[in-house]
This record gives sequence, C-alpha cells and structure tokens, in this order.
Amino acid sequence: MSVNIIIRDAVKKYGDNVVIGGLSLDIHGGEFFTLLGPSGCGKTTLLRMIAGFNSIEGGDFYFNETRINDLDPARRNIGMVFQNYAIFPHMSVRKNVEFGLKNRKFDKSRIHEQADKFLKLMQIDQLADRMPDRLSGGQQQRVALARALCIEPDVLLMDEPLSNLDAKLRVEMRTAIKEIQNNVGITTVYVTHDQEEAMAVSDRIAVMNAGAIQHVGTPKNLYQRPANMFVATFIGRSNIFDGTMKVSGGRAEVTMPTGYTVSFDTVAQENLKDGPIKVCARPEELIVQKAGERGLSAVVDDCVFLGLNTHYFVHLTTGEKAEIIQESTIDSIIEPGTPVSLRLNTEKANLFSPDGSRNLLNGVINDLKVAGR
Amino acid sequence: MKKKIEVWSVISWAMLAMFVLFLIYPMIGILNQAFFNPEGAFTLEQFTKFFSTPYYSSTILNSFQVTIAVMLVTLLIGIPFAYFYSFYYLKGAKFLFVTAILCCMSAPFIGAYSWIMLLGRNGVITVFLKNTLGIKIGSIYGFNGILMVQALKFFPLVFVYMNGAFKSIDNTLIEASANMGCTGVKRFFTVIMQLSMPTILAAALLVFMRAFADFGTPLLIGEGYRTFPVEIYNQYLGENGTNHNFAAAISVIAIVVTAMVFFLQKFLTNRYNFSISALHPVQKRKPKGIAGVLMYIYCYGLIALAFMPQLYIIYLSFRNCDGAVFKPGFSMGNYQKAMKKLLVRSINNTLIFGVVSLVIIIVLAILIAYLVVRRPKVINHSIDTLSMLPYIMPGSIIGIALVIAFGKKPFALTGTMTIMIIALVIRRMPYTIRSATATLQNIPISTEEASISLGAGKIKTFFTVTTPMMANGIMSGAILSWVAIVTELSSAIILYNNKTITLTMSTYAAISRGNDGLACAFAAILTALTTVSLIIYLAVTKSEDIKL
Repeated sequence: MSVNIIIRDAVKKYGDNVVIGGLSLDIHGGEFFTLLGPSGCGKTTLLRMIAGFNSIEGGDFYFNETRINDLDPARRNIGMVFQNYAIFPHMSVRKNVEFGLKNRKFDKSRIHEQADKFLKLMQIDQLADRMPDRLSGGQQQRVALARALCIEPDVLLMDEPLSNLDAKLRVEMRTAIKEIQNNVGITTVYVTHDQEEAMAVSDRIAVMNAGAIQHVGTPKNLYQRPANMFVATFIGRSNIFDGTMKVSGGRAEVTMPTGYTVSFDTVAQENLKDGPIKVCARPEELIVQKAGERGLSAVVDDCVFLGLNTHYFVHLTTGEKAEIIQESTIDSIIEPGTPVSLRLNTEKANLFSPDGSRNLLNGVINDLKVAGR
Repeated sequence: MKKKIEVWSVISWAMLAMFVLFLIYPMIGILNQAFFNPEGAFTLEQFTKFFSTPYYSSTILNSFQVTIAVMLVTLLIGIPFAYFYSFYYLKGAKFLFVTAILCCMSAPFIGAYSWIMLLGRNGVITVFLKNTLGIKIGSIYGFNGILMVQALKFFPLVFVYMNGAFKSIDNTLIEASANMGCTGVKRFFTVIMQLSMPTILAAALLVFMRAFADFGTPLLIGEGYRTFPVEIYNQYLGENGTNHNFAAAISVIAIVVTAMVFFLQKFLTNRYNFSISALHPVQKRKPKGIAGVLMYIYCYGLIALAFMPQLYIIYLSFRNCDGAVFKPGFSMGNYQKAMKKLLVRSINNTLIFGVVSLVIIIVLAILIAYLVVRRPKVINHSIDTLSMLPYIMPGSIIGIALVIAFGKKPFALTGTMTIMIIALVIRRMPYTIRSATATLQNIPISTEEASISLGAGKIKTFFTVTTPMMANGIMSGAILSWVAIVTELSSAIILYNNKTITLTMSTYAAISRGNDGLACAFAAILTALTTVSLIIYLAVTKSEDIKL
C-alpha cells in the first residue's frame, strides 16, 4: 500500500533563474521524510512539484512505477497540509473534511463514516459543526490534517504545518502528527526550516541548501557525522577551528590553534594526507579543564546557567571565539575572566576538507549518493 | 503538460473581444470625430477652436477651479468628521454612518435641485429672509452653488475612506508617540495624518473624478459658470448649434485631463507606500466637556446639512402643487400625476436595467478578478487596464461614444434597452472589479490548491471554493455599482428615449420642464429606492463598513 517516491534530475526554473538544478531523491514507502533547509533553499518548491502545483522543467517524478509529471494534481491522490492550513472558510469542519470524499464519489453513508473516523482520530469530532473562524490555530491544524488523511491518499505532503502555532502547541502537534503517521503508515514528505522539529518527527531528513541536497540520512547520522560543514553548522551548533593534519604511523595527528595536538583514529583511509583541514567541534564536544592541562588554552567571556546545562562563551588565546555546553554542576560556575583549557572529544568531533565540502571521517552515511545514479 | 485549449484562455479572448467592441471601438469613433472633419480629412481645427476661444477654453479652467475647491473642502470637512467618528464614542454613530452614505449615494442632481428650491431665486429660505428680515443672501448659482452642493455630497466619500485608514492605525503607534511627548493636535498632524496619506490621496482622487465628471449639478445650478461635462453635452445635444465633432474634441481633452490627474495621484501614492498592520485597533474615547459638545454639534450639524436636501424633496413631494408653484396643503397629487407620466415604466426600467446590468457586472467582475490575480498574463492585464478606463471617463463621453458607434449599421442599437445596459455595465463595472480583485488578492491560493489536491477539478474549485470566498468583497462593490446604476444620469441623458426612460431621467425631464411637484415625486421615489437598497445591503451582510 505504501508508495515510494522517486525523483530523478528534477529541474525547476523561474524564467532563466534555475532554482533547482538536477535533483535526485528516493523516498521510501511508509517513511516520514523531511526536507530541511534555510528559507529560500527550494524545499517548498520541490514539495509543490511533487504535489503538482509547480510546473516541472526537467526530470522525472515517480510514485512507484507511475510517472506523475503530467498527472493532474487532482488525480495524484495526494493529501496536502498547507502552511496556512487553507481551511475553506465558508464550510463547516465536517464539510471541509468531507470535501475530498465527495469529489471521490464515495456513497453518502461511507462519506459520513469516513469523516467521523478521522474527526475522531484527530480528536475534533465535537467541533464537527463549527465554522473555521471559530477554531484555534491548533484546531484548524487538526482539521487540515483530518481533511488530508481521510481521502486515504498515497502520499501525505506537509508544508511547514506547524510554523503558525505557538511554541508549546508546536511540540504537542508534532508528537500528534508523528503518532498518526505511525498509525496510518503513509509515505509522508514534510517541509520545515526548524531543525529540532525535523529531528523530532523524521525517519530520514534531507538537508537542502541553494536548490541542492547536501545530506540525506537519519537524524542521528546527520548530527554525528554531517556530510559537510553546511550540514554541521545548520543542524545543531558547531565551533569550527583551522587545523593541520600530519599522518604518522597510519594515524592522523591534528594540530589546532594554541598548539594543541590530538590524534584521530576515525579518519577514512583515503583522506589520510598531510595538509590543512577544518576541525568541527560541537559545544558539548569541548570539555572544560583547569588552565595548564593539555588542551586549547582559552579565557571565559561569559556564562549562562540554563538549569540542566551551563553555556560558556570563551575566546582562545589566539583570538577565535567558541561556545561550550556543560552539564551544570553543583559547585560554583566558572567566573568570566578565568583562564581555562579545553579538551576535544576526538571520538565525536568531525574533520572537514579545507573548503568544508567533505567530511574526512569514516561513518558518514549519505543516502544522496545511493539516490544519485 | 497536455496542450488542450484551456477554458480560461477562451474566456480571456472573449473578454478582450467584448472590450474592444464596446469600449475601444466607440472610443475610436470619438477620436475619429475629433480629428477628422465630416469630409474625412485630418484636422486639428476643433482643438484650435477650443483653445483659442476663451468662451470654450474657460470651461476647462472653470472645471478645474471648482473641482479643486470641492476636493479641498471635502477633505477639510470630511477628515475631522472621520476623526471624531473613529476616535470617539459618539452616540448614534451608526445613524451618522448610514446617513452619510445615503448623502453621497443620492442621484447626482437632486441635491442641486433641492438647494435651488431652498436658496435659489425663489427658494423658501431666500424669500423668507428677504420678506421678513430684509436680508439678501448672495446668489447660489455658479461657482458657490456647485461648490456647496458637491462638497456636501462628496465629503462622505472622504469620511468613509478616512474611517478605514484610521481603523488600520495601530494603537501602539499612538501610544508610542504620546510616550515620546507628541500628543493632541501635533500628533494628529505629524503621526495620524502622515500614516493616512495614501488614503487621503486616494480619497482626494475619487472626489476629484466624481466632481470633475459630475454633470447634473453644474447643469442645474451652474448657470453662467460653464463646466466641461455640460459643454460636451451642449455641443452634442444642446438646444442651439450642436457640433458633434467639437463635442468629440472636448471629450478627448477631458479624458486626457482626467488621465493626467489619475497618474499624478498614482505617482504621489507611491511616495507614501508603506503598510501597517493594526494588531491593536485604536481605543475609542468618550467625548468630554465643551470639546465633546462641539464635536456632536459638528458631526450632527454636517450630516443634517448634507441630508436636508433629500428630506426637503420628500417633504415637497407630498405638497399640493400646480406646475411650478407649490400650494398649501398635502396630498398624493404629485404621485398621481407621476403615474400618468410613465412612473410605472420608469420604475420598471430602472429595476430591469439595474438587475440585468448588475448580474452582468458581477459575472464579469468575478471572471476578470480571477484572470488578473490567478492567471497574470499580458492579455489579462490588458483586460484589467481596459476595464478601468471608464473610471476616468465622464459619463456623457461614454454616452456619446456609444451613440457614434452603435447609431448606425452594422450595430444599430441606439434607442434600445441593450445600449442602456451596455452603457451602465461599462460605466459602473470598475467598482465591482476593484473590490473583487482586492478580495481575491487577499485569499491565499493554497485554499484553492487544497481543493484541487482533494480531487475537485479546476472548474469545480472555481465555483465551490473561489467564488463563495469572494462573495463578501463582490457584494461590497456590487452595492456601489447598483446605487450608481440606479442614479445614473450623465450617459443615460444621451442614450434614453421614451421607451427606455428611467426614474433618474423622469426626474430630470420633470425638472427641466418646470414640473416641480412631479420632479419631487420622482426624486422621492428614487431616494427611497437607494435608501432601501442600502439598508437591505447592510442588513444582509451585517457589515458596518462600506468600502468605496
């Protein structure tokens, strides 16, 4: 029942302006797949190409074996949830939900039954006779989802569905969406610019930038072994340092600012070469020690106590700024002005090529290459 | 994508063809008459004649003078009125609003006629003052009369526009300026007026266009003060020495002038282009003290002054009357006389023309709005621009153009109901198109996409989703179109005949023949008709606002 979406060499142009140039992607049946990227990266454009609301200037789109490029949007059997919900303002909640069923010529009794089922599933059955202007944002969101799902579509598309909700409701709704997707088992493509939201709901995520996919993988993979520096800085936070790699005895010795040298045993065989590199350390991958111990020597500029964690803002003695997150301890916080030493967790930290385009370590899983050809 | 001919392209072309036939072709007729003499040779003779003869060229100056004066006065009296209305709790605010709307929606010349009855040479007030107090008031004919009548008629336009603008001012802006030490009159001029500038310009343009093209008022009360639209009419249908070519030339000049004003306003508006979103609408205050009293006096006084002519006409319609002389006592005599003078036919025609034109207007407006907003192509933008042309053309010009185009074969339509309806549709469609387009622009396309992705075809989506969502916006434009159709004078006066006579025309005919009692009866019925329409509209849509 669940449908694969296969995209090959998709091209989107507005006039002469190429927005997406030759993008390929495999979305597996039944998975919750997210397109994540900064605004303007082309993620919504791609979603609307799948939905049929944007023309396709090149490439092929398949649902399983069926090519859908020329299929009328009304006949693609897609459920879509829009950013502004697009609830019909002149119809009651029930009429909204039944709209798609009526177009499918279901018989009357089944329409009612089916609508009831999804109104219940979304917990809005008691609102069935309300008009949309008397619904809260969260309720409208539920109506939009019920309306999209009750036609039992092959594919569910969601375009930043939570961006209009307040923070608390957003967390609540994303759990609800994930749960329902699990129950229904429908192939889902979800667009968002919020990386935390993406991590929370997705089976796999495609990180996009400037019309191209950077990395496709599980949330864990994206975070721990990002394919390039863009992904490393877009997903979570990262401190980037210049470094040089020297190979000795099959291991990589990496020299970082302030003369701190560490050895990495996770570098991929083909990347073992002497030369400049970038060292990428997430805030929790730097460990604060007493000044004088082996590490990056630095001075604390500021610290922010956030309960579970404490954030430190430091600058290295060579001038670079860095951010560190530590689990809060019971003893006193380190005062600004205190010199410290920072140890790097070499098991977790990443190394990139000098231009940031490649991760040099083993263990990077990027499904983009599989999809490529 | 499949290459089948899309329904919408067909509609686009059909629409364009229609505009070419009913608007471009007649306009070419006007140009033709203006630039070619009856023998068919090109000539600028008519234009030279116009500009070299002060008798004629002074009309353009007159029109400008009085129109600009009207514009300034309406702003001067309309803005304070709107300010009091939207910043203070006034008792009977709704009454003020509805009455103001009624004032500006009355038939164009009824105000002028009524003021003549009150303040004219034999007006009741004039006679009363002269006989009992020995005071002579100045003549209300000419510039002063036109100014007074038009200012009182058009200030509600400024009021309605400014009310909308004031409502969209965020209260925090007011508070912020108070916080920075700017309050009272200073705040009114440095903050509130500046924020409303685009609206002030829009209102000023609207008043200018209406006043400039107004034909009935100067015709009745202008006398020696000759304005443009009246001159066109005289040259075309006047009692002595008509010259069609000359009328056409003046028409061309009039269109050029109004177009220039239109573009000037566009240019000025662009300089004040900013958007404000009112999350916290202005908190109304209670008027207090002496200022509060003055506020009430101003608002109610102004409305009373503006509405008095209509009430007076209704009063007169029940008075006994013999020809032009009103006699003591009341009766239905005027109405009985009206029955003999085609009252039934006038009412029937008015309603038939109104309903048929309105239906056509609504259908066309929906289609044009959809084409322009959802299918932005060159052809559709041209249709949009074409449809707005009549907005800047005085009605009598459209009347003349239609006579030129359809007065002879192959399209002999003059004297038929068809040509009246064509004129009304062309003239009054812009209001509905504007409001329909604006409404559609505010409807996110995703709602229609949702419908399509739920399996409804494009046509079905248009009828079940797009059109119902536009309904409110269309209604607010349609009521304006409707009232304007019912009270249409300037194009009708050129196109009507005995068979296609309307209430407005009957009123005018009675006035010009000196049958004052009869005229009052017709005018009263007309006023009742517009009042009832407006009240029905307000009741049905439950809206407090009318967008003009």
